[in-house]
Amino acid sequence: MGRAAVTTPPRRASSLDDGRARLRAFPRSTTPAVEARLALAEILIGVDPGVDSAERCVEWLVEYAGAEQVVCLGLDLEQKRLSPIATHGIAPQAALPGGLDIEERAHPLVTALFGRRPVVFDGKREAGLLGVRSFAVPLYGLDRHEDVPVGLLVLAPMRSELVRDARWVADLLGHKLHRWRKLQSLLDSERRLRRERILLDAVPDPILLTDTEGRLLLANSRAQVLFAAAEHESEGRRRAVALNNMLFSSALAQLGVEEGPSARRELLLVDPVDGSDLLFELMNAVTSDSREGSVVVSILRNVTDLRRATEEIEEQYRKLRIAEVAARAERDRLDLVIDSVADPILVTDPAGSIVLMNAPAERLFVIPDGATEETTRRVAANDAHFSSFVSNVFFAGDAQRRHGGVGLIDPDTGANLPMEAVSGKILSEHGEVSAVVTILHDRTEEFEKQRLYEELKRASEQLEARIHEATIELVRRNELLERQRLELERASAAKSQFLANMSHEFRTPLNAIMGYTSMLQQGVFGDLIPEQKSHLQRVETNAQHLMAIINDILDISRIEAGRLPVHPSRFSLVELVAELLAEVQPLFARAKLEVKTDLERRLPPIQSDRPKLKQILLNLLTNAIKFTPKGSVTVAARRAGRKISVAVIDTGIGVSDKDQERIFDDFQQADNSPAREYGGVGLGLAICRRLALMLDSDLALKSRPGRGSTFTLTLPLRIGMR
Amino acid sequence: MKSPSKTKKAAAPPRAAGADAPLILVVDDFADNRDMYARFLEYSGFRAATAANGEEALAQAFSLGPSLIVMDLSLPGLDGWEATRRLKKDPRTKSIPVVAVTGHAFTGSKESATEAGCDGYISKPCLPADLVSEIRRVLGGGRRKSKG
Repeated sequence: MGRAAVTTPPRRASSLDDGRARLRAFPRSTTPAVEARLALAEILIGVDPGVDSAERCVEWLVEYAGAEQVVCLGLDLEQKRLSPIATHGIAPQAALPGGLDIEERAHPLVTALFGRRPVVFDGKREAGLLGVRSFAVPLYGLDRHEDVPVGLLVLAPMRSELVRDARWVADLLGHKLHRWRKLQSLLDSERRLRRERILLDAVPDPILLTDTEGRLLLANSRAQVLFAAAEHESEGRRRAVALNNMLFSSALAQLGVEEGPSARRELLLVDPVDGSDLLFELMNAVTSDSREGSVVVSILRNVTDLRRATEEIEEQYRKLRIAEVAARAERDRLDLVIDSVADPILVTDPAGSIVLMNAPAERLFVIPDGATEETTRRVAANDAHFSSFVSNVFFAGDAQRRHGGVGLIDPDTGANLPMEAVSGKILSEHGEVSAVVTILHDRTEEFEKQRLYEELKRASEQLEARIHEATIELVRRNELLERQRLELERASAAKSQFLANMSHEFRTPLNAIMGYTSMLQQGVFGDLIPEQKSHLQRVETNAQHLMAIINDILDISRIEAGRLPVHPSRFSLVELVAELLAEVQPLFARAKLEVKTDLERRLPPIQSDRPKLKQILLNLLTNAIKFTPKGSVTVAARRAGRKISVAVIDTGIGVSDKDQERIFDDFQQADNSPAREYGGVGLGLAICRRLALMLDSDLALKSRPGRGSTFTLTLPLRIGMR
Repeated sequence: MKSPSKTKKAAAPPRAAGADAPLILVVDDFADNRDMYARFLEYSGFRAATAANGEEALAQAFSLGPSLIVMDLSLPGLDGWEATRRLKKDPRTKSIPVVAVTGHAFTGSKESATEAGCDGYISKPCLPADLVSEIRRVLGGGRRKSKG
């Protein structure tokens, strides 16, 4: 059969109504066939387009049209493959296993698919799917006035009735399968859309599609939270959303409308939920779509936490820097401290390695550059000794510190260095020993000192023994001296007693001499002639002289016997001088001498022994009168700091330099002749000097022969209590 | 020391003077001084009696009841201080003034004399005129010397 035999008018209608109309067109004689066709049409209305329709059609072709073998192939446009949907009379596995690529244009089935007309496989060219005596009818659907192939029916045997029926079924099935395909593609795009939505919503960043004016076209759920609010939502939330939209539009407006990705920029929005600030990084891309025109894709990336984290990291880093600087300073200080210590200091880690040491330690434990073999050996020995000590510290149990001796060697000189080592453990937070700090102290000097001390001690003991001997001797001598002293004291006391007795013995007869003389002169025993009176005068003068000598001797012996204790009192020197001058006034008058005073004004009261000071001044005054033939005697007083000087100045005969040296000695006068001439035995000044000493005072003489004398007594404002 | 035996008149009776003149007892172991003072007292209008030691002084004082006693404190045996104390303890003599006279450098302090009960004090050397002045002062000073 030729292909023309199965030619059918071109089919257009695909609706059920069209099918029915065509059924009616069949001759009445074939009523059963018409009924069968009607039945199929009804069946097809009830089943889903697709596999079910194909199977029903195949069943119908076999049952009512007498087909022996039928294969319904469906065209997958996307895969561009033909694959069986329903079969009869052939195992589904045998019918085009794996499908057929429609790009194989030369394949008879492909040719048949696009041929639009039934094709008979007559065996001249190829067997087709079902061998010779089979034919194929393409299945077309109508879409927008365009026929689209949807599949291929391959049937056997080749009979004209079957061709007719097959063409009728092909129209029906083509329409059905086309609808099915359209339905499938709709479902597919829906699924794709749903998946895209899922994809979009799954993105944690808000994504928006807007027109260039900023009007929202599409937003993922994250973006909706920020930019969309329903009526029922709270006022605050709606305001926040409005504000965000405004901010976003404004950002977009500044961006300009240029195609392609734009620079990233920051956008500050408000969280509509809690009102907090949210910082986003905004990325835009303007794209053109044929249907939508220019649209803007915006992706917002929440960098709030990132910013916060960045700031926190910066802050942490800053703190770290400060801490580092502080630590470094601390470390520098520590280094300085450690290095400034003269004793070697070492820090050892648990492995026994030295991790830190100061300069004195380095001298002992570091091999210097260009060291001799000996030095190297000594350093190694030091290291070994030290390591041994420190390892004992690590294993010493609970003791926090360990004392001990370590014998080291001076690497340069080889001298022994007996070291005292003190180690302290440094514990970590977990109580593990993290390091050991050891301080070494050179005890060489100490030992040397110890040795010197021992020597010194020995020497000291020897000395002590000698001193002991000497002391015994001294004690013996002291005892001797003490005995001698007592003897001397006894002798002195005896002498004083003797002098006292002597003065009494002298006085008693002298008293009678003077008494009787006085009585004779008074005329108790009758009137006297002038010569007798004159002689009696001489007796009286000599008796008085003798009495003066006796008194002086008595004074000296009183002082020496300690019978004149010092009794300090507070008194006015000015008053004392006035009192003295009043007492000696008759003497001045008799000697026809002028008496003057030169007292500094406002002399402070002094504390001294008044009677003794009076005696000194009285002696000096009587002395001055005695040795001043004419002129004057002046009493002067001056204050000089804590002292007062009282001077008795006369215009008398003066004292030679030679005599000034011994004038204060006992029984001395300038020379013998004046003594005879002026009376006295020369004890007056000796008494004055002794009294002055008792008053912590100094008695000095300035004089030139013929020019007068100045005796100056310098006494303290206060004398101590005795 | 002079023993009483060496003196010419150990216990001389009052010499002639006005019967109403005050009687002064001079006690001194040194005869020349004793006689000298007695002589000048009579010259000065007093009656005078003498004693050479403490015992004599007490005996004379009790028997004569003098107006005043001049007592040398340094006496052999019963010394002047002790004699004075006894006189001052005795109701018969306790009202008689005692003028102490001492020539001793160390022991004859005025304080010790006052303590013993003396009413006046004179240290040797003492001219007879000075003694009379002191006696007059102690006795009230009103009396003028009268030629006896």
